[in-house]
Amino acid sequence: MSQNISIEGDLVTRVEGHGELVVNATDGQLEECEWQVVESPRFFESMVVGRDWDEIHHIVSRICGICSVTHTMTGLKAVEDAMAVELSEQDIKLRKLALAGETLQSHVLHLGYLALPDLVDAKSVVPMAESHEEEVKTVIRLHKLGNELIETVAGRSTHAQRTIPGGFSQLPHEAELRDLRTSLEDSWGDIEAVVDLVLSLADGLPDFTRETEYISLTDPDEYALYDGVPYSSDTGELDLAEYRDIVNEHVVEQSTAKFTKHNRESYMVGALARFNNNYEQLGPMATAVADRFGLNPVCHKPYMNNVAQLVETAHLVEHSIELIDSILESGLEEQSDYHKPDVDVTAGQGVGAIEAPRGVLFHDYTVDEEGTAVEGNCVIPTNQNHANIQQDMEQLVPSIIDQPEDQIEHTLEMLVRAYDPCISCSTHYLDIEFVDEQLE
Amino acid sequence: MSEKPNVAFFDFAGCEGDQLEIINLEERLLDLVEVVDVVNFREAMSEHSDDYDIAFVEGSITTPHDAERLEEVRSNADTVIAIGSCAVFGGINSIRNEQDFEAVKERAYGEDAAMFDDPDAELFDSFEQAQPAKAFVDVEYEIPGCPVDGEEFIQTVTAILQGGDPSLANHPVCVDCKLEENTCAFERDEICLGPITRGGGCDAICVSQGTRCWGCRGMVDNPAEDAYSEVLHEYGVTADELVNEFTLYWSWQREHGPQADVQEVEQ
Repeated sequence: MSQNISIEGDLVTRVEGHGELVVNATDGQLEECEWQVVESPRFFESMVVGRDWDEIHHIVSRICGICSVTHTMTGLKAVEDAMAVELSEQDIKLRKLALAGETLQSHVLHLGYLALPDLVDAKSVVPMAESHEEEVKTVIRLHKLGNELIETVAGRSTHAQRTIPGGFSQLPHEAELRDLRTSLEDSWGDIEAVVDLVLSLADGLPDFTRETEYISLTDPDEYALYDGVPYSSDTGELDLAEYRDIVNEHVVEQSTAKFTKHNRESYMVGALARFNNNYEQLGPMATAVADRFGLNPVCHKPYMNNVAQLVETAHLVEHSIELIDSILESGLEEQSDYHKPDVDVTAGQGVGAIEAPRGVLFHDYTVDEEGTAVEGNCVIPTNQNHANIQQDMEQLVPSIIDQPEDQIEHTLEMLVRAYDPCISCSTHYLDIEFVDEQLE
Repeated sequence: MSEKPNVAFFDFAGCEGDQLEIINLEERLLDLVEVVDVVNFREAMSEHSDDYDIAFVEGSITTPHDAERLEEVRSNADTVIAIGSCAVFGGINSIRNEQDFEAVKERAYGEDAAMFDDPDAELFDSFEQAQPAKAFVDVEYEIPGCPVDGEEFIQTVTAILQGGDPSLANHPVCVDCKLEENTCAFERDEICLGPITRGGGCDAICVSQGTRCWGCRGMVDNPAEDAYSEVLHEYGVTADELVNEFTLYWSWQREHGPQADVQEVEQ
C-alpha cells in the first residue's frame, strides 16, 4: 500500500524542551524526514564569563536538574584541570559514588517512568500506579536508592552542595556508608523484578538495526564513568584535550541545539555506547542481565539503549558496593564539617569529561590569574545524539512507511525516547501533527 | 469546579530541577494524586489537556514564544504558581541580564550568532534578558529556591487546596542557620547572602553543608540593609565582591526591586 503521509511538527508550540518530527511522503515515497530540536538558548557559555573559579560548578549545575551532579563535577574537573588541582583517592571514590547514584536514579527514572509506559500501552506512569501497582512501587524504591546515594555523599540530590573545587566541603560518616551498603545489597530483589518485567515486555521494543559509531570514555582500570579518555568504536582512543575535534559541533537550521559528527555522519553516546565500548569491564551481575536479554557488543540497535541502561543499573549497584567497601577498608579519613581545600589559583585552561547518564559530557574553562572565567564551553550528551536520531529516522521511516500513521508516530516517539534525551532539553512529549493529504 | 482540581505543570527556560524535586517526593506524589488530577506534566506524562485550574510554571521567560505560551497558561488557569527561582525572579538565568547581549550570543554560538538576526530563523528569536513569570502575567503564589524544597511545595499546595494562606516566610536565612547551629559562613571567610535572603524553606542547607548562602531564594521583603552593611564592613567585603554575589541570582531583582510585590497580586 502506498500512501501519503504528512507529519508536521506543530510550529506554533515550538518551545524549549520540545522536539518535533517532520515526515512527509507522497505515494509511499519519502520526501522529508527531519528531527527538529527546539530549545530556548540559555547561554551558559556566556553566563560563566566573569564569574569566580569557585562558583562555576554552582552555575553549570543548573544546566540540568536531572544530571546536576554530573554537570557540577564535570565543571569542577575542568577548573581543577586548569589549576592543576589534585584530589585525594578518597575524594575521587566519593565523587564516583555520587555519580553512580545520579546515573542510577536517572536510568530508573527513564526506564520506569518514561519508557515503561510505552511497553504496557499506558500514556504515563500515573495509570500504571493502578494497573501495575507493585512494579511502580519497585521502581520508586530503586529511584529513591539512587537519590539516597547522592544525598549521603553530596548532600542533596539536585544541585548538590558538598562537591567543591579540590574535594568536598563535608563528608558522609562511616555509619551512613554502611547503611547505604545494606540498602544496595537489599536492592537486588527489586532489580531482578524490574529485569523480569522488562524482559517480559521486550518484544514491544521495535527491532531496528543501523550501524553507527559509538563514543564514550574508556579507562584501563574500570568501566569508565567518572574518569577515562574518549574512545571511538571506529577509530579507537582519542585525545581529551582535542575534544572539539571529536565532536565537531555545527549549527543546523532545524535546531537551536548544535549537532555533532566525528568519523561518520553521526555517532551515538550513552548507555549503549558505553556497553559496546567497555562491555568486558561490566560486573558479573550486569553481564548476567545482558545475557538474559541476549545483549552482546557490538549492538547496533538503538532501541536496546533501554536494555543497556538496565544492564548498567545492575553494574552501578555492584560498582557502588565496591566503592563503599574500598573506602571503609582504608578507613574513612575525616575532615572538618566546613572543609575548604587549599587551591593555588592560577591562570589556565582545563577540560573535564564525565560519562553523564546520557553519555559523555565535556566542560572546558579558561580562567585568568585571578581565577575569573574568561571563556567556557560545554558539549552536552543529548546534543551529540541528535544527528544519530536523524540518521536513524532516515533509515527507519522508509521501512515502516506503509504502516498506519499513528503506528509510525508511536515507533518514532519510542526511538527518540530510547535515547533518553535529557529531560531538561527533553523530547519526551513530541508535538506531532498528522495531516492527511489527498492525492492530486 | 469538580471535586478534584485539575493541575498542570509547565516549563520554560530552566533545568527542570524543580519538577524533578516534585517527582522526588516519590510515594508522597501518589498521595498528592489522590487529591488533585494532574492533567499536564511533560516531564512525566504524555497525556495533556488545556482544562486545568492550577498551573505550576517553572523556568524563566526568555523568548517571545515563551511569553505567548505563558499568557495562554494564564488564561486557562484560575491560579498560577511560579516554582523555582528562575520562574519567581529570574534566578541563575538572569546572570546574563548584566552582560551585553551581543557578547552573550557570540560566546554561546560563535559566528553562528548571526542566526539570531535572521528573521526566518524563528527558533533563535530571543529576549535580551531572562525574566520571571510575573514580568508578563499575574502570578498568585510563588515558591522560590534552586531547587524548590519538596516539603515547602507540599505545604504550599496543601494550604491552597484547603483555602488557607500559603504565604512565604519573611525572615532571613540567618534565622534558620542559627537553628541549625552552624558556624557563621563569614567566620569562615566566605561572603554569605544569608542575612538578606529569604529563609524558611531551605533550613540553610548550603551553609549546613559547609558552603555559604548564595541567595537562591531571593531577597527578603525588607532586608536589614544597615545591619548587613555593618557585617560586610566588619569582614572587609568590598563593593565589587558584593555586586558579584548579587548578580548570581538577583540580576532581575536588583533592577526591579526585591520581592515586595510578591504577595501583593490579588488572590
